[in-house]
Amino acid sequence: MCNEKILCAGFGGQGVMSLGQLLAYAGMIENKHVTWMPSYGPEMRGGTAYCSVMVSDTPVGSPIINNDATCVIAMNQPSLIKFEDTVAPGGIILINSSLTDSTVTREDITAYNIPALDLATECGNGQAANMILLGAYLTITKTVLMTSVIEAFKKVFGKKAEKLLPLNEKALKKGGDIILTIESVLPH
Amino acid sequence: MAKMLMKGNEALALAAIRGGCTHYFGYPITPQNEITEYLAREMPKAGRVFLQAESEIAAINMVVGASAAGGRVMTSSSSPGIALMQEGISGLAAAELPCVIVNVQRGGPGIGGIQPSQADYYQMTRGGGNGDYSILALAPATVQESAEMIRDAFQLADKYRSPVFIASDGMLGQMMEPVEFGDTQPTLMAEKPWAVVGHGGKRKPNTVKTLALDPLVLEEMNLARQKKYAQMIATEIRYENFQVDTAEIVLCAYGSTSRIVKNAIDLLGQEKIAAGLIRPQTLWPFPDAPFQNLSKKCRRVLCVEMSCGQMIDDVRLAVNGRLPVDFFGRTGGIIPAPEEIVGQVKLLLGRK
Repeated sequence: MCNEKILCAGFGGQGVMSLGQLLAYAGMIENKHVTWMPSYGPEMRGGTAYCSVMVSDTPVGSPIINNDATCVIAMNQPSLIKFEDTVAPGGIILINSSLTDSTVTREDITAYNIPALDLATECGNGQAANMILLGAYLTITKTVLMTSVIEAFKKVFGKKAEKLLPLNEKALKKGGDIILTIESVLPH
Repeated sequence: MAKMLMKGNEALALAAIRGGCTHYFGYPITPQNEITEYLAREMPKAGRVFLQAESEIAAINMVVGASAAGGRVMTSSSSPGIALMQEGISGLAAAELPCVIVNVQRGGPGIGGIQPSQADYYQMTRGGGNGDYSILALAPATVQESAEMIRDAFQLADKYRSPVFIASDGMLGQMMEPVEFGDTQPTLMAEKPWAVVGHGGKRKPNTVKTLALDPLVLEEMNLARQKKYAQMIATEIRYENFQVDTAEIVLCAYGSTSRIVKNAIDLLGQEKIAAGLIRPQTLWPFPDAPFQNLSKKCRRVLCVEMSCGQMIDDVRLAVNGRLPVDFFGRTGGIIPAPEEIVGQVKLLLGRK
């Protein structure tokens, strides 16, 4: 039974909205019920942008996450601080450790510190850090298939972005592989 | 057309084009800007008119002109922008000019905020403008329904020669969901023999006006409009009943809030509390019948809104004193959490 509630957060420009849209679109391709909801407040430059994504086997009611996220993807330090409490007990948090200097303080969630920016740079472009984290998320939860995400990429970003697909695919797979070697900070 | 993942606002815009909208006039305001943005890009490609007005007041008066000239016309805005349009909306109702007006509601009063709200219920259903008039108001709760209701709104506008509201809100406008448009062609516009258009001198010129200084004439016009409104009440009311028959408490909510309420009903079900939902899909005319046909199991009614309590007036009128009617709401742009609603239901039913 799939009932994933994912909150993706980071600086504007890190691709948190795109990450969420790819996941929602891939869920739609797999005939799951999905919603995507952005934060659209007057956000400050350098502050946190975020979106909430629901991927479920049953129709989605509220698209809003109220401290019941099954997973938070935190791409920077302010997001980690702001959204650590948003994870439901027993949930997971994926942290872009390239841009954070601390980890979680809670003891009832599982944290993964993933140097997403460094790994994306190794793939050829740090802009693909979001795909590293999405790959890691998919390996952990198996919410949708990576092939669905790749299909979604073509739909969400259109023909113009096709040249960027190999980089994104590489980063997605790298994130998916690397997570198997990263030790989680388990609940105590 | 295949299933697409779209924002509610984008779906409203695409559905307008597919619904045969010939003219769009609007002025930017959050949280409905995706409608204006989408139509600015796509209307010219489809050979239609997109015009960004210099203000909401200008936009609604452009709607008056294009509608009088026989166009299939739409405007969209958010709460304070709709407030500015009220003089024009009263005029559209008086002149019996069809159009679709989308209100993606945000927190008020005044300029307020930009987060989701449902505090324009009075503004849309009680007539924000002057005079004896009513306007059909359709309230979608999903992106799919947003698209379908725009299609229906254009047809209803033509059928009744009346403005039609789409009552959306910031959450529904901003969220993305799968939506399918099907392969049907846009519905044709009704014949508009009243339109103020060129006719080669073959008939008397048509006029569109709302000034009627003779009270007897104005009364007659008002009574004729009332007949039209009575027909709307008789034929256009829409609502969804969700687990109402077995419920010991029935909640009433529309739009985004109805989604949260469904989550709350699921949570209550896990605690063996039977709750149901009546979801008005038309705010005006309001669905009285489902409240008059509640089963004996139902002990109370709870109206949930993103406002300080507006629709509750209509719920109370519909229940007409047979059951206690209570209210729960969040306002100012706060979306209520399912747990808050669960808490309120348990409090009312005296459960822990």
